[in-house]
Amino acid sequence: MLFSENIKIAIRALRANKMRSVLTILGIVIGVATVVALLSIGEGATASITSQIQSGGSNLLTVSPGKQQNMMSGTGQSRQASHMYYDDYQLLERGLASNISAMVPVYQSSYTVKFGGESFNTNIVGVMEDHKDVRSFAIAEGRFITDGDNKSQSLVAVLGDTVARDLFGTLSPIGKTISINGVKFQVAGVLESKGASLGSPDDNIFIPIETGYAKLFGETALYNGRKTVNNILISVETTSAMDTVSAQAEYLIRRSHELAPTDELDFSVQSQADTLETLNSVTQTLTIFLGAIAGISLLVGGIGIMNIMLVTVTERTKEIGLRKAVGATKNQILTQFLIETVTLSLLGGILGILLGVGIALFFSVTGLIGSVITANSILLAFFFALVIGVFFGLYPAFRAANLHPMVALRYE
Amino acid sequence: MIHAEELMKVYQMGDNEVRALDGASFTIEKGEMVSIMGPSGSGKSTLMSIIGCLDAPTGGKYLLDGVAVENLDETQLAEVRGRKIGFIFQQFNLLARTSALENVMLPLTYAGVTGKEREARAMKALERVGLGDRTHHAPSELSGGQQQRVAIARALVNEPAILLADEPTGALDSKTGVEIMDLFQSLHRESGQTVILVTHDAYVARHTERIIRLSDGAIVSDEANLNPIKAGTPRAEE
Ligand SMILES: Nc1ncnc2c1ncn2[C@@H]1O[C@H](COP(=O)(O)OP(=O)(O)OP(=O)(O)O)[C@@H](O)[C@H]1O
Ligand SMILES: [Mg+2]
Repeated sequence: MLFSENIKIAIRALRANKMRSVLTILGIVIGVATVVALLSIGEGATASITSQIQSGGSNLLTVSPGKQQNMMSGTGQSRQASHMYYDDYQLLERGLASNISAMVPVYQSSYTVKFGGESFNTNIVGVMEDHKDVRSFAIAEGRFITDGDNKSQSLVAVLGDTVARDLFGTLSPIGKTISINGVKFQVAGVLESKGASLGSPDDNIFIPIETGYAKLFGETALYNGRKTVNNILISVETTSAMDTVSAQAEYLIRRSHELAPTDELDFSVQSQADTLETLNSVTQTLTIFLGAIAGISLLVGGIGIMNIMLVTVTERTKEIGLRKAVGATKNQILTQFLIETVTLSLLGGILGILLGVGIALFFSVTGLIGSVITANSILLAFFFALVIGVFFGLYPAFRAANLHPMVALRYE
Repeated sequence: MIHAEELMKVYQMGDNEVRALDGASFTIEKGEMVSIMGPSGSGKSTLMSIIGCLDAPTGGKYLLDGVAVENLDETQLAEVRGRKIGFIFQQFNLLARTSALENVMLPLTYAGVTGKEREARAMKALERVGLGDRTHHAPSELSGGQQQRVAIARALVNEPAILLADEPTGALDSKTGVEIMDLFQSLHRESGQTVILVTHDAYVARHTERIIRLSDGAIVSDEANLNPIKAGTPRAEE
């Protein structure tokens, strides 16, 4: 019997029970969609992290308070217990002489921003002039924060792309006055968008860090009367010097924090590569976790299909008896029902792929998470659907093939 | 040639055993037209299903063209059912939502006939039973008599040597029944097919050349009917 003929029979049978067919493949649709969306988003996250590492300057060291900055184990406790101080920055400025191209402190906190009728909370980042080079920012309009701004503690602000658009729409923000937590700042510049990547400046407002300490951050930025920072960014001249500079910085801060050689560090010096590794391990854990959910969904979907196929075989017992009576062999019946199951699961697979691609596109278009749809993920999903169809179709198909023709014909 | 010796078919129902066939022996030569009669439950359908290789006897011997059917494997049985035997069921057993033409093509499909030839042969069979203009109707769009004709066309399409019909006129009115009998007679006359049909109706049985009577699974009489009625001639006083 021709393959196309079997497909035709399968489609006719599936159309005879449209609603049932749709419900049956739902499990597969969800499972496959999850697999496709997951792989695409995972791929996108990796790509965006990697590109960000490259765009943020590859020879960047980040000194931050708390132990190893790991998303999974970096608990609030260990962070609260330790602080980075503005003094630490000055210490490093003095102590690290060679191989450094720039070094900047960062203090950031969330405040309400207002302009005209617009008002929302966003991240205010206190920075120095070199911050722009260290983070490879590009200016879209106006200028960035300067050393002069810091010296005179000017009330100027530079807006990220999203903030600028949310506050001003199509208006040019340059020269306008915005209010941050009630303090008036004049907009001096707007940054170019860096897209929906991790740590993108788009949602941030940059102000001179000295202005921040003096007029905005207030008591919260102090600890025991000392000015704190969120982290210190060190741009190293060459990749080969990274380890040396990292060790020097660690030594200097360890001494200033008066830690005994056996004490655990209350801060960390991480390169972008370290961050990448940490993030990747997080992404990987998430991928495995969600992958397991997708797997379970596929399994449940497969069992659902098998269940319905068993019902179908029972319902069509008379048909099977008749087919045998007019000369169908065991193998022909087996093939017919196997193809029917595979058609069902592949249909689910195709719908799932479409849905998964849709979800992935939705994420990247809305800018939530970048996603990259690869041919591999689609092939993998298709293959999964095929395997499930064959695996869960075999038993019902064998049941059908082994029916005794006379018993089947007499079945009521 | 059909040769049966001491055929037994015993169903075990709990402690009772039901003897659907209880030692039936007979021989039907190639080209004969035979009817099988008997009260309900006497084993007629059981016997037909054994002759049609749809079921195996629990005892005795059944030779089809000299071959012991019990020695055939599944694939060989499928081939016999598909090519040597045309089975017409009392309940028609047509595939729903499937056109008359496709129903008739079914045995050809399993026999490996494809494409234009398959369609042409199915068309020819439908024309033979007078349904050339109903090829694309699904069973639900056909009358009972038309459905029975589709079932007959399906049984004919592979040009089997043996036609088996279990109460082919049972569900039809007498006029349609006569038309069906006419069809069987002409098939028998023109292609020399062996025709075996089961009937309750003595008038239908008298259209055949030989009448076998069953009772409780055994043959109680087996007689020649020297002057079979020619279908379509006015019904004589009973
Ligand atoms: N699967 C089965 N299990 C048990 N008994 C069965 C089975 N099939 C048939 N029988 C019994 O075998 C006997 C013969 O059945 P069969 O169908 O051959 O009768 P029949 O002569 O065709 O009757 P009718 O004229 O009513 O169609 C009956 O008594 C029936 O109950
Ligand atoms: Mg019967």
